[in-house]
Amino acid sequence: MSELFSQYNYVIVIILMMTGLYTVFASRNLIKKLAGLSVFQTSVFLLYITIGKVSGGQPPILVEGGASYGTDVDGHALLEGTIQVAAGGGSYILPGPGSDVLYSNPLPHVLILTAIVVGVATLSIGLALTVRIREVYHTIEEDEIEEKDFIYNLEGTAD
Amino acid sequence: MSDPTQTFGRDPHVLLRVIAKFLIPLIALFAFYVQFHGDYGPGGGFQAGVILAASVILYALVFGLKAAKRAFPPSLIRYGMTLGVLLYGGTGVLSWFMGGEFLNYSVLAHDASHGQHYGILAVELGVLTTVTTVMIAIFYAFGSRQPETSDEDW
Amino acid sequence: MSLFAAVAEPAFVVPTMLLDISFLALLVVVAFAIVRMRSLFGIVMLQGVYSLVSACWFVSLDAVDVAFTEAAVGAGVSTVLMLSAMLLADRKSTPVPMRRQVGALAVVVLAGMAMLYAVGDMSAYGDVHSAANSYVGMDYIAKTAEEIKIPNVVTAVLASYRGYDTFGETVVIFSAGLGVLLLLGLNGNSGRWVARPNGQMLNDHAAPSAGLATDNRSEEQRAEPDQ
Repeated sequence: MSELFSQYNYVIVIILMMTGLYTVFASRNLIKKLAGLSVFQTSVFLLYITIGKVSGGQPPILVEGGASYGTDVDGHALLEGTIQVAAGGGSYILPGPGSDVLYSNPLPHVLILTAIVVGVATLSIGLALTVRIREVYHTIEEDEIEEKDFIYNLEGTAD
Repeated sequence: MSDPTQTFGRDPHVLLRVIAKFLIPLIALFAFYVQFHGDYGPGGGFQAGVILAASVILYALVFGLKAAKRAFPPSLIRYGMTLGVLLYGGTGVLSWFMGGEFLNYSVLAHDASHGQHYGILAVELGVLTTVTTVMIAIFYAFGSRQPETSDEDW
Repeated sequence: MSLFAAVAEPAFVVPTMLLDISFLALLVVVAFAIVRMRSLFGIVMLQGVYSLVSACWFVSLDAVDVAFTEAAVGAGVSTVLMLSAMLLADRKSTPVPMRRQVGALAVVVLAGMAMLYAVGDMSAYGDVHSAANSYVGMDYIAKTAEEIKIPNVVTAVLASYRGYDTFGETVVIFSAGLGVLLLLGLNGNSGRWVARPNGQMLNDHAAPSAGLATDNRSEEQRAEPDQ
C-alpha cells in the first residue's frame, strides 16, 4: 500500500485517462467525442511528464555559475561538476558529486512539446470533418447519421 | 460583429476594441521574444508560432474576419506554410552540402557550437513560419465557413 | 547511477505534494464535469480549463516549456477552433441511453484495472534513480553544456539532437493544415457540392452556409472586398 502511495500520480492520471476514454466511447455527439479525445490526450501528456519529474529538481534550463558561485560551508568549491563555456568565460552547473543542482529529465518534455502542437493539428482535422458531416447529414449525432445511412441504403433516398 | 465606425455610445465593445488594440502588438512582440529567447529560457518556434497566430486570431475576433484578412492576407498563408517546411529541410540539405550529415549543424560554421547556434536559429524560424501560418489558415477556414456572429447570437 | 551518489533519497516535500494533489483533484473534477455535461459550449470551455490546469501542474513538474505550449495551444488556440466548429454544428448534445453507457463503462473499467495492475512496476514519483531518469535524458544535459552551449536543454534536444523528429512534426502540422484547407477551403468555400453516391442525391437541402455558394468571385476578390 505504501508503494501505491508513492505512485499516487500514476493512479490519478490513469483515472483521468479513463475518463477521457469513456467520453470518447459513450457519447454520440462528435464534438463531445473530440473534447473527450483531447482530455485523454492531455492525460497521456501528464503521464509522460510525471515520469520525468525528479524530486528536488528544477526545470532543465542550465544554471550559469560564474566564478563567484562560491563554496560550501567547509570552503570546498561547489563547481566540480561544471563545464567552462568557450568565449564568455561563464560556466553551466551540471548535476553530479559536489554540485547541489538537479535538473528534471528533459527528454519527456521534448517528446510532449511536439505532441501538443501535432495534437491541435489533428484535432482541427477532426473538427473539419465534423463540420462537413454536419453540412451533409444535418446532424452530428452518431446514431442519427447511421440511421440516415441505413434509410438511404434501404430506399435509395435520404430524408 | 458590429461596425467599428459606430459612435462611442452605441458600440457595446468599445472597451474590448481599445484594449485589444493595445494588446495585439504586445502579443506579437512577445511572440518574437519567445522565439529568439528560446535558447536561454522556455520557448521556441512552436510556442512563438502559436502566440503569433493568437494575435491575428484575436484581431479577427474583435475587428472581424475581413479586417484580419486585410492585415494578414490569405495568399501569405500558402507561401508561409511551404516556406517553413522548406527552410527546415533546406537547413538539413545545406549541412549535407557542407560535408556533414542531414541536419548536423556543426559544419555550418568554423566553430561547432556556433554552427549549432545558427542551425537551431534557422530551424526554429522554419517551425515558427509553418506553425503560425497553419494555425491562422485553420482559423480562417473555420471562420470563413459561417456568416459572422452577431451580438444577439451570444 | 554514480552521477547522483551525492544526492539524497527523494523525500516527500509537503507543500509541493499539497499543490500536486489539489491540481490533480481539480483535473478529476473538470474531467467528470465534461462527462456529465450536455451543453457543447460548456464542454468546450471546460476542455480549455482542463488544459490550463494541466499547464499549471506542468510548471510544478518542472516542464516549463511544455506548460507554455499547453497554455498557448490547449487553452488558447484549440478552444477557439472548437468554438468555431461548434458554431457550425450544434449547441447541445442529446443524452445517451443507459444501455450504451454500460458497455463503454465496462471496457473503460477493465482497461483502467489493467493499467492500475501495471502501476506497481513503475518507479516512484520523483525518483532520481529510476530507469527513465538515468540514461539518455541525463546524457542530454551533460552533452548540451559541452556541444551546443545553450542553457535551454529542451530547445537543444528539440532542434538539434532530435532534429529529424521535429522535422517530421513540422511536416505533420503542414499536412494537417493542408487537410483542413482541402476539407473547408481557405475562404470557407471548399466542397460546395452535394454528395451523390450512386448518382442519387443524398441531401438536396442547402448547407448551413450555402448562401456563400453563389459567390463566384475569385479568392483574391473575396479576400479584399474593398478594392
